[in-house]
Amino acid sequence: MAERLIELRDISKSYGQVYALGGVNLSVDRGEVVGLIGDNGAGKSTLIKILSGVVKPTSGEILIRGQPVTGWSAARSRDAGIETVFQDRALAVQQTIVRNIFMGRELTGFLGWLKVNKEIEEASRLMREIGFTSKVFTPQSIVGQLSGGERQGVAIARAIYKQADLIILDEPTTALSLTETAKVFHFVRQVRASGRSILFIGHNIHHVFDIADRFVVLDRGKVALTADRSQVKSAEDLINFMEDVAHPGGLPGLHDAGDPEQRAR
Amino acid sequence: MSKTMEPDLQEPSAGISRPGNPRKEWKHPSDHWMRGFILDNRAALGTLAVFVVMMTVFMIANPTVFTTWYLYSSVLTTLPVALFVVVPLVFVVTCGEIDLSFPATMGFASWVFALVVQAGYDPFLGIAAAIATGTLLGFLVGSLVVYGGLSSLIATLGMNFLLRGLIQIINEGRSTALTSLADSWAYKIFSSQLYGIPVQIFWAIGFVVLSALLYNRHRFGAQVKVVGDNPDSAQQMGIDVKRVRVKVFVFVGIGAAIAGTFSVMINFTWWPTAGDGYLLPVLASVFVGGTPTWGGIGTVVGGAIGAVTVSFIQTGVVAAGLSGFYVQFFNGLIIILSLLGHKWNQARYR
Repeated sequence: MAERLIELRDISKSYGQVYALGGVNLSVDRGEVVGLIGDNGAGKSTLIKILSGVVKPTSGEILIRGQPVTGWSAARSRDAGIETVFQDRALAVQQTIVRNIFMGRELTGFLGWLKVNKEIEEASRLMREIGFTSKVFTPQSIVGQLSGGERQGVAIARAIYKQADLIILDEPTTALSLTETAKVFHFVRQVRASGRSILFIGHNIHHVFDIADRFVVLDRGKVALTADRSQVKSAEDLINFMEDVAHPGGLPGLHDAGDPEQRAR
Repeated sequence: MSKTMEPDLQEPSAGISRPGNPRKEWKHPSDHWMRGFILDNRAALGTLAVFVVMMTVFMIANPTVFTTWYLYSSVLTTLPVALFVVVPLVFVVTCGEIDLSFPATMGFASWVFALVVQAGYDPFLGIAAAIATGTLLGFLVGSLVVYGGLSSLIATLGMNFLLRGLIQIINEGRSTALTSLADSWAYKIFSSQLYGIPVQIFWAIGFVVLSALLYNRHRFGAQVKVVGDNPDSAQQMGIDVKRVRVKVFVFVGIGAAIAGTFSVMINFTWWPTAGDGYLLPVLASVFVGGTPTWGGIGTVVGGAIGAVTVSFIQTGVVAAGLSGFYVQFFNGLIIILSLLGHKWNQARYR
């Protein structure tokens, strides 16, 4: 069996009286693409923030390669090999592409002085690697001058720089054109082929269905379903299941996707 | 869109990209070094243009006065004091904050300097004590703003009054004369003249150059810009945003301590009001220099040129033969014209 990269055990997060997550178990193995789906308010964003260390869980345990972690933070998460491409892309738009790629991870030498040439070199290598080249901008162009898809490219370049083991893509295809979406898919397959893992969060269930090896459906702060690709015949199965979860007993023909209790892990 | 996001299918021969020469791989209109230089430094160059135009007008008004060295010598004596606070303030404004407490920090740190010298210790020890005081006060102000979650505009204004009040309560308006300074080594090194040029300006230029490198070529500057640009993203990428913010206030504290010490060494006297007159000219210099108010970008060299411009307004107006009543009017005129120029010169990206 593949190495277990990250495991969340019974993770809860509450904001005051409001529970965003109530005991979530989730794991990602090496080399797999996990599709995380759920309606608005299901807790997807909170779960991503916990994984990326931006938010600390109220209770529960995080294990990295089987080891429980303490003092979880954004810096620790990145050090542990988890990179996140946030939905809003988390870019500083008045800065250059180089400064964004090395945000929080500046290449420094003696006494913290920047290795400017090395950074430019690495940035252009990364951009070439993900097929993100152009005649109209350089690694020193300002991100604010780029289009949405190009900005997504910068965010992805930043995520792959350190050969991260797990890349979290939060709604990466939202607001992208068809060709750009195809590029993101191509990138996901490239990453999987190189033996690394992806957690793919999407609103568009067809997109998630196309790309993921395993599906996790989140509903109102709980995992409603975990299913391998072999257990789900079509995207419609997933859609039906989600409707069933949202309106229990309201709509017929929904249990093809497998019993949630049995499959939960 | 698809034009620019085309997958990189080119065969190796098509791209003349030799590894190790990344700048050459990207063709760009700004590839010509001069165009690139102008684009990268447009704010600072704009400030320089304002300064040159202003000086030209003054010189045409009264050419003879501007050939006397005394005029420049007096500006070069007081300008360094402003530079030591203008430059750190560029960092603060870039970080998306403001610090109005530096005049009181100048007064407080230079007071410590005066006390140490008056007690008979070496002025070098006094300088060290002043810088330590400035660091501490900067940390205090920064922590109050950052960890107290207060608006830096109001909190630093409050701290300015509070610290100045403390100085006034304890000293009851009395100044301290430091005549022994004139014979000290510290005075020779930091405040005398070299070939007729006030030596302070060399220290100030060194400080500006070092700070410009810190701003453009150091992790500190890089993080200050990112935090000012998008604090949420900086946090998500693992930058300790609060720490960076506290650091810029500490930097102002250090700069203010040096500035205060220099001003005392020029006059051989410490006044309880030391530093007070610098609040508005220094703030004006930062913005005249081309650092915008919204954070994320800025220019240290531009700020320095802004300080030179503001320093020359008063001298220039009087030297040009106008009465002192014109000084404030020209101050305002230069500030407004500069802001209009920078607005046209800089695009704001969102």
